[in-house]
Amino acid sequence: MTRTEPNRSSKSDSENSGGGGGGTTAMRVIVPLQGVVQGRGGLFLGSVIPCAFFYFLQFYLKRNRKNEPDSGEPSPDSDPSSGSPDPTRSQSVGNLTELASLPRSLSRILLSPRLSGGAVSISGRAGCGLKGGDSPYHVGQKRVEEDPYDESGNPDGVIELGSAHNTKMDWVSEDPGEAISDGLCMSGIASYEPSHGLIELKTAVAGFMSEATKNSVSFDPTQIVLTSGAASAIEILSFCLADSGNAFLVPTPCSPGYDRDVKWRTGVDLIHVPCRSADNFNISMLVLDRAFYQAKKRGVRIRGVIISNPWNPTGTLLSRENLYALLDFARERNIHIISNEVFAGSVHEEGGEFVSMAEVVDTEENVDRERVHIIYDLSKDLSFPGLRTAAIYSFNESVLSASRKLTTLSPVSSPTQHLLISAISSPKFVQRFVKTNRERLMRVYAELVKGLKELGIECTRSSGGFFCWVDMRGFMSSYSEKGEIELWNKLLNIGKINVIPGSCCHCIEPGWFRLCFSNLSERDVPVAMNRIRKVCETCKSQN
Amino acid sequence: MGSLIKSGGVSGAILSRIATNDQHGENSEYFDGWKAYDKDPFHLSRNPHGIIQMGLAENQLCLDLIKDWIKENPKASVCTPEGVYQFSDIANFQDYHGLKEFRQAIANFMGKARGGRVTFDPERIVMSGGATGANETIMFCLADPGDVFLVPSPYYAAFDRDLRWRTGVEIVPVHCSSSNNFKLTVEAVEWAYKKAVQSNKNVKGLLFTNPSNPLGTILDKDTLKNLVRFVTRNNIHLVVDEIYAATVFAGENFASVAEVVKDLDSSEVNVDLIHIVYSLSKDMGLPGFRVGIVYSYNDSVVSCARKMSSFGLVSSQTQFMLASMLSDDSFVDNFLMESSKRLGIRHGVFTLGLKKADINCLISTAGLFVWMDLRHLLRVRNSFESEIELWHIIIDKVKLNVSPGSSFQCTEPGWFRVCFANMDDDTLHVALRRIQDFVSKNSNKTAEKASDNDKLIQNNNAKKQKWKQSNLRLSFRRLYEDGLSSPGIMSPHSPLLRT
Repeated sequence: MTRTEPNRSSKSDSENSGGGGGGTTAMRVIVPLQGVVQGRGGLFLGSVIPCAFFYFLQFYLKRNRKNEPDSGEPSPDSDPSSGSPDPTRSQSVGNLTELASLPRSLSRILLSPRLSGGAVSISGRAGCGLKGGDSPYHVGQKRVEEDPYDESGNPDGVIELGSAHNTKMDWVSEDPGEAISDGLCMSGIASYEPSHGLIELKTAVAGFMSEATKNSVSFDPTQIVLTSGAASAIEILSFCLADSGNAFLVPTPCSPGYDRDVKWRTGVDLIHVPCRSADNFNISMLVLDRAFYQAKKRGVRIRGVIISNPWNPTGTLLSRENLYALLDFARERNIHIISNEVFAGSVHEEGGEFVSMAEVVDTEENVDRERVHIIYDLSKDLSFPGLRTAAIYSFNESVLSASRKLTTLSPVSSPTQHLLISAISSPKFVQRFVKTNRERLMRVYAELVKGLKELGIECTRSSGGFFCWVDMRGFMSSYSEKGEIELWNKLLNIGKINVIPGSCCHCIEPGWFRLCFSNLSERDVPVAMNRIRKVCETCKSQN
Repeated sequence: MGSLIKSGGVSGAILSRIATNDQHGENSEYFDGWKAYDKDPFHLSRNPHGIIQMGLAENQLCLDLIKDWIKENPKASVCTPEGVYQFSDIANFQDYHGLKEFRQAIANFMGKARGGRVTFDPERIVMSGGATGANETIMFCLADPGDVFLVPSPYYAAFDRDLRWRTGVEIVPVHCSSSNNFKLTVEAVEWAYKKAVQSNKNVKGLLFTNPSNPLGTILDKDTLKNLVRFVTRNNIHLVVDEIYAATVFAGENFASVAEVVKDLDSSEVNVDLIHIVYSLSKDMGLPGFRVGIVYSYNDSVVSCARKMSSFGLVSSQTQFMLASMLSDDSFVDNFLMESSKRLGIRHGVFTLGLKKADINCLISTAGLFVWMDLRHLLRVRNSFESEIELWHIIIDKVKLNVSPGSSFQCTEPGWFRVCFANMDDDTLHVALRRIQDFVSKNSNKTAEKASDNDKLIQNNNAKKQKWKQSNLRLSFRRLYEDGLSSPGIMSPHSPLLRT
């Protein structure tokens, strides 16, 4: 697949909102034509004819456009150098409205500087990112921002069950005096430090990671690269392991953030490998293998597989066998494994055994260790999202050295590093914190599952992480993505709770929702349940 | 394509081109010098023969003021007993827009750093991981792989990494030469633009640092105006990296592009094309805080950059601390005044010291460095090999880490960037002494080879040298104290320095 840059075509924008479809329409023509004009030269003619057609269309539109000023109507985005813009309208406003009807041009040839004089063209990536604001994920977030629930202040507000915060963990009440004892020492915080993190903090993070995995494996601080947030960690790995146009396999449902973190700026693609409710959403190696070969057939180079463990959104823990199977798969296909273990310290099921990929490869040969890269984040288990500290843990020296250089582009501020060092260096404190966190998650989860059960709603067994993967297929008006979005809308607007629909997690089956319960206190659970009940009742009456 | 991909180490699983190529540009002398320094760093008492770091543009002259402020405001850092009650809120804060107070404070500070002649809109302030991250973000927003940005050379050595590495954007240098003091002219830009377009490049914009790194010069308002007109005419972007805005220590007012945008008639400037990169690393001397700012007049760029900022947000604790620091008006005003004063003195002392070794620098009025002219010391004139040779001598024998012009893509060999604000007075004195010793030894050597006539002159020179040396310490001290008591006299624009 070539990466078509969805971009602002600088010429024919304003008049042909139909031309915006131009890109997609042309594709719709090309593909069947390739089928029709089969036989000798079929592929060639099938491609050339529609391309020529599209070219003439553009040519025609361009000519029309040139005549436009003659009609005496000043166009809002007229060339700033030749004509004076409408003084009553600011440039940026004109540009914005123009942006709203942004068509996606087929290729960037249309944007060459020789067509200068049109609207300001920003990059394809930017255009691509700009239109990403209207998914349920973002709409829901916005609603929560505008009208957040508060037990006393705003009891009718929207309850946030969408994004993975861990806000109810009152960190400092644990014991501030012990945790942050020495305050901020000024020496060294203001000068240039290695951008990939201070060794003291790396040691502390390694200690914390070991604690989160119940000391089944010890992490080596020199294999850690600190980045500003997990998004940046994933992106850096994506930049290091794949070229633009390559792809990663991702078992779905997956974290909704991957679309941005892995794909956006890197140009790397994601190939979703669907897991199904019939298998309890377990990874099937067979399906993974098939996806690999299908991609290969299409000429897409697979560079790795991204797993999350504990699984976001289902909360499943990958078993040791799972991990060995994945490692075998990666070895056979000679690809990398990115293991996203940001919830490692939030395993809340009693007796639930979390196995880190680091533990599995501990006994392996060097060559196979080098294909394993782990992501860890302090913002989940420690509920420090504001402090923007995450870690890449890799066994591959080349990846580490490239990542270290890349962190100059997104480093962690040194006062924050010093703060974290004093906060998480005490093993006693860390132990107690992890334990308290687990117990709290366990309690809220149990409450939530009980409440849902009373409403007749099932969910998959979640052993780790902040999520409940809820089956609401029975409440949809139709078994389709549309039905799912309808239900999501009802939950948001009638029930006033923000959840993430399965489609955002690229779940292949409609009707599943991700509920994040770490934001709730036990007292909040009945409130949320009442609201869900209200929605269920309206659904039932309609059905 | 396949042939380009190198295998990563012994492992079979291969890495991307980004991980394996050397587009990061960290193999240049600029970074080699840092590595050499790291191996043998100078310390006045512990390692007096170590390498002195003069390749790092750090501003340490006013750190005491910041330390004092932090001591007086223990709440702000969140990490003290006085401030810890806010820890939970701060650690949990998660919004890509950033704390409101932080953006407001940054906007105010940006205005003040430009003499209060312009105001900035807090809603347009987007955070990123340092100026490095800010420059990359703006490239991601404005250009696609293969697109071109014009950058006047000599330019900041790490631009090759920041602007190109992950974005795939190409840099086409606009060459400036010593014949007109490396001044950026509209003609040079126009010529480079035409040439790039002729060779079928998709030119997306023009990017430069103002005040210039590595030159320390500022662009006059008229040229800036004409450049804004130029980009508007050709519908390409203009990114101005103003991270040294508050390091101006002498001469005419520094004109920010924001000022020009305000002044120009709306028919002459398309504001959607104008973007500013800012940071607190240089002006405040807080590189460890990693605060970078993208300020764009283009709404789509603001919104796009904001989405990208999730890849390099400033930690909320740092935001909180800076918000309270920069909202303290009297502190900021005093800091900016004091900082510019101390930089001016330091610059004067340093250039005067170089002058005594018969070394000239490009006349500069801003920045944390000087652009030192060592063309006369090259073994072979106009040869980059000689420049590197000289650089090796300077780092190995003279034990100073300076950065050669070639790592800034300078087209003329023999120029070096030397930073002067990242050390204390005593270290500076040692550095100057080393340079003077080196130059006098060097001239003695050449003198031996020279003819009798020359020898006579040389001898005179050497005598002078000696005389200067013996007086150096004294004059240096006196100068400094003079400067402290009456900074006006010690302006680097004094005729003494101009000659």
